[in-house]
Amino acid sequence: MELLSFLQTEVFPALFKGFKVSLLLIVPSAVLGLCVGIVVGTARVYGNRTLSALANAFVTLFRGVPLVVQLFFWYFGLPYVGIYLSPVAASILGFSLCSGAYHSEYIRGALLSIKTGQMLAAQALGFSKMQMIVSVILPQAMRRALPGCGNEIIYLIKYSSLAYMITCIEMTGEAKVLASHSFRYTEVFLAVGACYLLIVSVASWVLQRVEDRFRIPGFEHRKV
Amino acid sequence: MCGNIPQKVGKMILSAENIKKSYGGREILKGISLSIAKGELKVLIGPSGAGKSTLLQCLNFLVMPDEGDVWLEGKKVNHAKKRDLYAFRQQVGMIFQDFNLFDHLSALENVKIGLVRVRGMDKKAATERAMAELERVGLSNHADHYPAQLSGGQKQRVSIARALAMDPKVMLLDEPTSALDPELIGEVLAVVRDLVANGMTMIMATHQIGFSRAMADEIIFMENGLIVEQGPPLKILSNADCERTREFCSRVTDLYGEAERA
Repeated sequence: MELLSFLQTEVFPALFKGFKVSLLLIVPSAVLGLCVGIVVGTARVYGNRTLSALANAFVTLFRGVPLVVQLFFWYFGLPYVGIYLSPVAASILGFSLCSGAYHSEYIRGALLSIKTGQMLAAQALGFSKMQMIVSVILPQAMRRALPGCGNEIIYLIKYSSLAYMITCIEMTGEAKVLASHSFRYTEVFLAVGACYLLIVSVASWVLQRVEDRFRIPGFEHRKV
Repeated sequence: MCGNIPQKVGKMILSAENIKKSYGGREILKGISLSIAKGELKVLIGPSGAGKSTLLQCLNFLVMPDEGDVWLEGKKVNHAKKRDLYAFRQQVGMIFQDFNLFDHLSALENVKIGLVRVRGMDKKAATERAMAELERVGLSNHADHYPAQLSGGQKQRVSIARALAMDPKVMLLDEPTSALDPELIGEVLAVVRDLVANGMTMIMATHQIGFSRAMADEIIFMENGLIVEQGPPLKILSNADCERTREFCSRVTDLYGEAERA
């Protein structure tokens, strides 16, 4: 009973407060990250030499440097050149760029899987390269990239907890504060773990609905 | 080259001169010239590797020729200028052996997309036009089917409708029936026959000898990147000047000639 009241009066309010901050980080980062991934992935496959080299360099950098280091750079490093980002802004920036680098790899794979015949057909109709990419290649590639990109979004939900390293007190941050005040690490972190599990489950469900929604008739793989 | 027929002079829809193309040091096209007048059907025949596909793809610059020029209605195509190139391609319909429909779009949307994206037509007008083209190839009741739900013959007919919707001045058909089951070939050839009857200008690579004999104005026999011989179907198929042409034609007639009911 004592545990229940601890959860009710302390853990849940704190986690809920943190949850709202987490959501504020996750949703924009997921959207921006996906956009970055689409642009970078497309540039890597269809860009000219310079553009694809730049895009490759971007991926090498943001996939190669640990995310915490990147966050430190945006939050503690930029002030040296006079740019001050709020903890939330620095986190979203860091997450979007890192997430975008990973997304671009899934998207690149999907782009490469589209048969060249469809590109020839689009060009033969008079499509410019850009029109071809936007209206023929990407709509198909994105459907194929979706399971991988969904995976990346699920990762993002969990690594958003790193934001507390740069003083952005989201769900994990709130949990850590509460745990060190109450010395009830086990209960608090079990609760926070359950919360992430719940968010991830909801996200998986949504992603599955999105996949179903965009499934092309004739490409169903489930047994009827 | 034997049986050299001088090129007809006059108002040609599409002409190509001295088209050359090499891949990795191997010469696929060794200088091909041809031209086609309005309403003509020219058929390209020849063994695989002769360069028929490459030639057709060079004609609308899906493959960039190393040398040579293409004229559309007497105007040289400046393919280095993107705007000109895209405008030129709109006027040249292309049909591929493996259909190349856009897998994520229904039959109707496949026909519509070029009208909307390339020609900037509004959606309602584009839908009407696309439906009319599907009707023309006998598929108006399959408009909402996706490519994966269509048979090979139906896919090829959609791809013909897609090309026709752009009002092409000439159509290039690259073995349109080669990927089809024998019983589906007829429905595609019927559509092509319809196009001939309506005066469409076409260059078609095919092995359908019976069809070519009945419909073509001229048959062009290609081998090793060169035009070996060209002339009216009856001459090429039964009385060719070149030994090699005769040999090829008799073999293809044995294989495909009987199956075709033209």
